[in-house]
Amino acid sequence: MLMLTRLGPALVILLLTGPIAFGLAGTVLPAFGFLPVLGGMELTLRHFRDLFSEPAIFTSASLSLTMGLATAFISLLTVMLFIAGYAGTRAIGRVQHLVSPLLSLPHAAAAFGLAFLIAPSGMLARLISPELTGWQRPPDLLIVNDPMGLAMMAGLIVKEIPFLLLMTLAALPQAPLPQTRMLAASLGYGRMAGFLLGLWPVIYRQIRLPVFAVIAFASSVVDVGIILGPTRPAPLAVRLVEWMDDPDLSMRNLASAGALLQLGVTGLALALWLGLERLGAALCTRMAMHGWRFRRDALIRAAALAAMVLAAAIVLAGLCSLLLWSFAGLWQFPDALPSSFTLRTWMRTLPSILEPLRMTLLAGLLSTLIASLLAILCLMNEDETRRRPGRGALTLLYLPLLIPQVAFVFGLQLFLVYAGMLATLPALVLAHLVFVMPYAYLSLKDPWYAFDRRYDQIAAGLGKGRARRFFSIRLPVMLRAVLTTAAVGFAVSVGLYLPTVLVGAGRLTTVTSEAVALASGGNARVIGAYAFWQMFLPAAGFAVATFMPTLIFRRFRGMQV
Amino acid sequence: MLKHFLAAALLCTASLPAHAEDFTAADWNKVLEEARGQTVYFNAWGGAQNINAYIGWAAGELRDRYGVTLKQVKLDDTAHAVATVLAEKTAGRDEGGSVDLIWINGENFAAMKERGLLLSPGWAQDLPNWRYVDHENKPTITTDFTIPVEGLASPWGMAQLAFFYDGARMDAAKLPRTADELLAWAEANPGRFSYPQPPDFTGTSFLKQVLLEKVTDRSVLDRPVEDDVFAEVTKPLFDYLDTLHKVAWRSGRAFPQNYPAMKQLLADGELDIIFAFNPSEASSAIANGELPDTVRSFTFPGGTLANTHFVAIPYNANAKAGALVTANFLLSPQAQARKQDPAFWGDPTVLSMEKLDPAARAGFEAIDLGIATLKPEELGPALGEPHPSWMERIEEEWNRRYTAEN
Repeated sequence: MLMLTRLGPALVILLLTGPIAFGLAGTVLPAFGFLPVLGGMELTLRHFRDLFSEPAIFTSASLSLTMGLATAFISLLTVMLFIAGYAGTRAIGRVQHLVSPLLSLPHAAAAFGLAFLIAPSGMLARLISPELTGWQRPPDLLIVNDPMGLAMMAGLIVKEIPFLLLMTLAALPQAPLPQTRMLAASLGYGRMAGFLLGLWPVIYRQIRLPVFAVIAFASSVVDVGIILGPTRPAPLAVRLVEWMDDPDLSMRNLASAGALLQLGVTGLALALWLGLERLGAALCTRMAMHGWRFRRDALIRAAALAAMVLAAAIVLAGLCSLLLWSFAGLWQFPDALPSSFTLRTWMRTLPSILEPLRMTLLAGLLSTLIASLLAILCLMNEDETRRRPGRGALTLLYLPLLIPQVAFVFGLQLFLVYAGMLATLPALVLAHLVFVMPYAYLSLKDPWYAFDRRYDQIAAGLGKGRARRFFSIRLPVMLRAVLTTAAVGFAVSVGLYLPTVLVGAGRLTTVTSEAVALASGGNARVIGAYAFWQMFLPAAGFAVATFMPTLIFRRFRGMQV
Repeated sequence: MLKHFLAAALLCTASLPAHAEDFTAADWNKVLEEARGQTVYFNAWGGAQNINAYIGWAAGELRDRYGVTLKQVKLDDTAHAVATVLAEKTAGRDEGGSVDLIWINGENFAAMKERGLLLSPGWAQDLPNWRYVDHENKPTITTDFTIPVEGLASPWGMAQLAFFYDGARMDAAKLPRTADELLAWAEANPGRFSYPQPPDFTGTSFLKQVLLEKVTDRSVLDRPVEDDVFAEVTKPLFDYLDTLHKVAWRSGRAFPQNYPAMKQLLADGELDIIFAFNPSEASSAIANGELPDTVRSFTFPGGTLANTHFVAIPYNANAKAGALVTANFLLSPQAQARKQDPAFWGDPTVLSMEKLDPAARAGFEAIDLGIATLKPEELGPALGEPHPSWMERIEEEWNRRYTAEN
């Protein structure tokens, strides 16, 4: 047992850094022309020249850059203002309940929902037409796939807000909220200003890595870009995947060079963000020095709440219209409801969805199981050694979330091919594990630390051995947290698009990879049915995590919530 | 490149049949025996749900009748399957390849034939069901995009460009009858016409239709493209597109991804005229509740682009016997009749009604082609496809011209 727990951290480091290091190497080498199988042995900068002569490549790159920065800025601003206005009130709890389920929703499903909502022939236009608009026909407006990427940005923001909110709420207990609030109020500061000056710096330090992860994700996302993003040119990452897929094999080098550009773009976005951080800090100091107290903040507070609720409402409304489409018979514009309902779409898609469904479950459950086990081993090891992971270890854990997926999954795929493991289940599970592992550890860490060690001491005093203590005391007490961890991990796995597409190589498909593939067909009914599975699976995971402990502990009053 | 590695990878993992080569389609019993238990990876465009469902049906039949497992690898572009086979050949993987059957025609067929990536010698004419095929009256079955097929691919269905409109919104008397009239109509009705973004095959077919109508001498298109004439020959096409994009859907700043997407846009009332490479597409969509039953078809009296689509077997296929059995089954009167039925797919048959026995013919005659489908005699003349090299160049040029600047 001791051996095993020591092995935990080593295994995690190997599993995280291994694929990333090999993946990056596999991306960098072809970018410089080194690709032995194609006869490329010379080092050359030719592929970068080709890359920069691709039409509109800088437009693509700057789209990606803006996408990363703007998404993070707007979502963080909304969350920050909302927390500042409402921390410690009941509104927080209510919004948290509204928003939490959205966290587990795959990005692609949220993007589909948004597209169906805001398109000129979408749900919103249908609801207000023709009564308010006079539109008998959808207007010819470029809303979804707009060249500036505003639709794509909106799709990312409504998904990142729940993520950042829950991360912030997790950090909130570590700030002395009531005391600071009282102190700030007694000095005459407005509610929000008091919070922002007194508490936000402490909280922000805690959620910095998640914010970086948002920047990295938004600047390199592929699936949301395909669904909502601009098309000519598309954001950089979307074009990379197209090149990767090109029948012309020499495009592989170009894609690798592009992946390095992507790495640079994401790095630049992060660097610019560091600058913004300083600017924000300077602004705060200035405000404090001037003694501005911002006492009348009711309007901003209301606006922050409204933005929060709106973000959640958009996603929920989008999901509802998706579901409606999947049951729709003929549904013409501007009818607000289908003229008939039918189960035909479900009957038709069911046979073809079984295989992706099986693969989703298999890859999700296996990667979650391994990730949860490893997270427990790591935490047990921390108990043994009485050492908590430092900043370095945490950054390492965040690595898969900070490096653009395209930059290392391309190369990872190459190594899998050399190992003869492409499109096999173990490879898919490994690729998923890289992304599931960080979330599993992060979500288990706090409940694990919160365990009251005296239980353990009493058991030891009664002469119980290590294994017995672990299985009879620690694990049952931790069951709820472990199951929640597993549900988080499973949700992450279900939502993974790029690793599934590249490692599954079209032979292993999940509901998410299938749904995005179907997006191009624009068949609203089929997309609706697939998106339903995308949202159902993670939700089912969380339902199990909630109800199983209740069932198991139904005769233990102290274990019920 | 990726496909290259894919090849190497699968070489290690796939189980190789011990004796893949010692049979031909001519010895059919041996083929059937060999095929039992094989898994056929059918690489086919997967963008249309009704087609995927049809392939799913075929998979069930093949399993029950011949013990062959058919798995569709859903492609968004057939060129990917070509690249896979090419990579395998480059990697020296001449057996146990990962692609067993490809849905193919045009430049992909030409590329595979030219590079020797197809199972040869020709086998299609040895299939038992070849005897029903109407190769005498349908020249595109033996010559695909000016390239002789030579039995290297087995015909699967016929295609001809047809246009669709919603009779509830448009007057049938004012429908355009040529590409030029279509442009004039689009200018009078801005935002109501578009075409799928190349390299989608329906989108490129529209470009070819315009090219065929606008070019002064069509014969130049039968030969491989030559650099010095390309700009001159395609100038009318790109002038046409420049004008069209100004008045197209979303002002030509975005395009539908493929024809199912256009179908949805017609249903939503965003587009007024759409087209597909399948004359019964609209009837099939009406049957599925995707389009209102007021949608009708029309065509250009001067003729529209027509071709045949095929299934082909790569030279290194892992399950050659299974692929042959599948190709033969897809040619069977039963499978072809179901395919022609708009309730399932609505893709015109490659078989000759005269060659069928009365029972099989009755099966075809019983099909309700639907109110929105033009009868074969109403479809107008079939225009032949240009040499595949033209399309490659036109796609490149399209991309260069119509992608935003930095």
